[in-house]
Amino acid sequence: MNSTLYSLVGLAAGVAFILALKGLSHPKTARRGNLIGAFGATVATLSVFLYVTPSKGEEVGHSLPLHNFWWIIGAILVGLIIGVPAARKVEMTQMPQLVALFNGVGGGAAALVAIVEYLNLGDTATTAEVIFTVFTVVVGCVSFSGSIITFMKLQELMTTRPVVFPGGRFVIAGTLVAVLGVSVWVVVALGTTPLLVLAVLSLIFGVLFVLPVGGADVPIVISLLNAFTGLTVAASGYVLSSTLLIIAGTLVGASGTILTRLMAEAMGRSLFGTLFGAFTAKPQAVSDSAEERPVRSGSADDVAILLNYARRVVIVPGFGLAVAQAQHTVRELADLMISKGIDVAYGIHPVAGRMPGHMNVLLAEANVPYDQLAEMDEVNPTFGQTDVAIVIGANDVVNPAAQTTPGCPIYGMPILEVNHASNIIFLKRSMRPGFAGIENELLYDPKTMLLFGDAKASLTKVVSALKAL
Amino acid sequence: MDAIAIISIFTLSVFVGFEVVSKVSSTLHTPLMSGANAIHGVILVGAIIVADHSENNLELGLSLAAIVLATINMVGGFVVTDRMLEMFKPKKTDANAKNGEEK
Repeated sequence: MNSTLYSLVGLAAGVAFILALKGLSHPKTARRGNLIGAFGATVATLSVFLYVTPSKGEEVGHSLPLHNFWWIIGAILVGLIIGVPAARKVEMTQMPQLVALFNGVGGGAAALVAIVEYLNLGDTATTAEVIFTVFTVVVGCVSFSGSIITFMKLQELMTTRPVVFPGGRFVIAGTLVAVLGVSVWVVVALGTTPLLVLAVLSLIFGVLFVLPVGGADVPIVISLLNAFTGLTVAASGYVLSSTLLIIAGTLVGASGTILTRLMAEAMGRSLFGTLFGAFTAKPQAVSDSAEERPVRSGSADDVAILLNYARRVVIVPGFGLAVAQAQHTVRELADLMISKGIDVAYGIHPVAGRMPGHMNVLLAEANVPYDQLAEMDEVNPTFGQTDVAIVIGANDVVNPAAQTTPGCPIYGMPILEVNHASNIIFLKRSMRPGFAGIENELLYDPKTMLLFGDAKASLTKVVSALKAL
Repeated sequence: MDAIAIISIFTLSVFVGFEVVSKVSSTLHTPLMSGANAIHGVILVGAIIVADHSENNLELGLSLAAIVLATINMVGGFVVTDRMLEMFKPKKTDANAKNGEEK
């Protein structure tokens, strides 16, 4: 393969990526879009084996095959053996953290590529190449360690609450200054040691950068880090003179930035608030959390009776539903109510689950018909005419504090206004607050009934009680 | 590569990237993020190039690590995105069967 053909193949792969993103933006073409992207990536990868990119200073590359050919094949196989089963076997409930992890390793790969090319170039590197290398190492490492922290938060290996320590913002600012300082040092002095120091500092910065982010905001950060990784790929494309990497990386960087903004909008958050909110938030009034307050808890039979006489019911599914694997049972309940002539809809909050659209994926898995899923803007005006709202394993997305309590971490987030429904039923495992860690006043509302227990077990009981009526 | 060409490619790609995703329903945010995530796994191409250029064991070791990570990112990313989107399929045919104008 000559260099022209190689470049054209690269261009074709770039076009495939554009079509992939375009396709992924519409429900009808999404799956095909993803396959086009996978095709482009495969073709691009194969083409590297057929054309040797010249090292710097060489006019043409050495003859085929690539140096270290079998090592390369072996490493790809190792990646396949790790990546494919992980992607195939992951529970859909845990998919957000897997995406975070994949993003992190991508950032790590970009940083490693930049480091190797830097070692390889040695003294022949131009200032521009060094600057781009520094950028890739810094942002790639931040993306890597930051994604690991988001993974740990989502997997609940660590607290999902914002982690703030005294003087935290000064430590973070100090680390950032150190990163920038060392970056300048690398550009001026060159050499391996400064670059390694830079990599370590960037890893630390990535951790510090994500720690203060609250659990509910983690998806926005994943999306942001995703965009970051895209930019590092573009920067390493410059150093390696690969048009394909520049196109692909920039596309992901740009679309990822837009996507991050869209997500933040859907959650009613500013990006700034997401990243730095923990530092500016006023300490919350946690006064009454200690005292026991009366709640009204009911049995499955009580719930069934309430449902039996309802005309309109809105089901609000949350992550707790997914954890209990109760998607199928909830559909059974919905079908039963529909057969009794009750008007049933699912109210889907944009960020129900752990990521925007996550709940749609989970309900689709249970074959819930598309036309029963109502988006928030659609369903909110109807709560006034709704007899019963069943909130299953959700909490933060129905918490009126988001509208009434300025200064609380979710303040300003659009919510499903179940408080306007005549009756509210919460299916909960315990009184534990939701992912964002905020108390929900609605639980103590006189028109609220709580049904404690595992969502799936509770729903099964409600279904049989309703059948018996 | 000359600087102007690179700046042109970069700038145009930024605008294309902005344009293609500017109107996406929140339903598709997660698959789209995951798909975009898989696309940057194409850094695998870069990792293979540096593995070819490697002149000593340190460089080779680091670039092989990069290949492993990039492969996980790329292949895993596309597979998991496909799995997510697969779930939308039965639902769509259901909806289409029920009300034909839903298109």
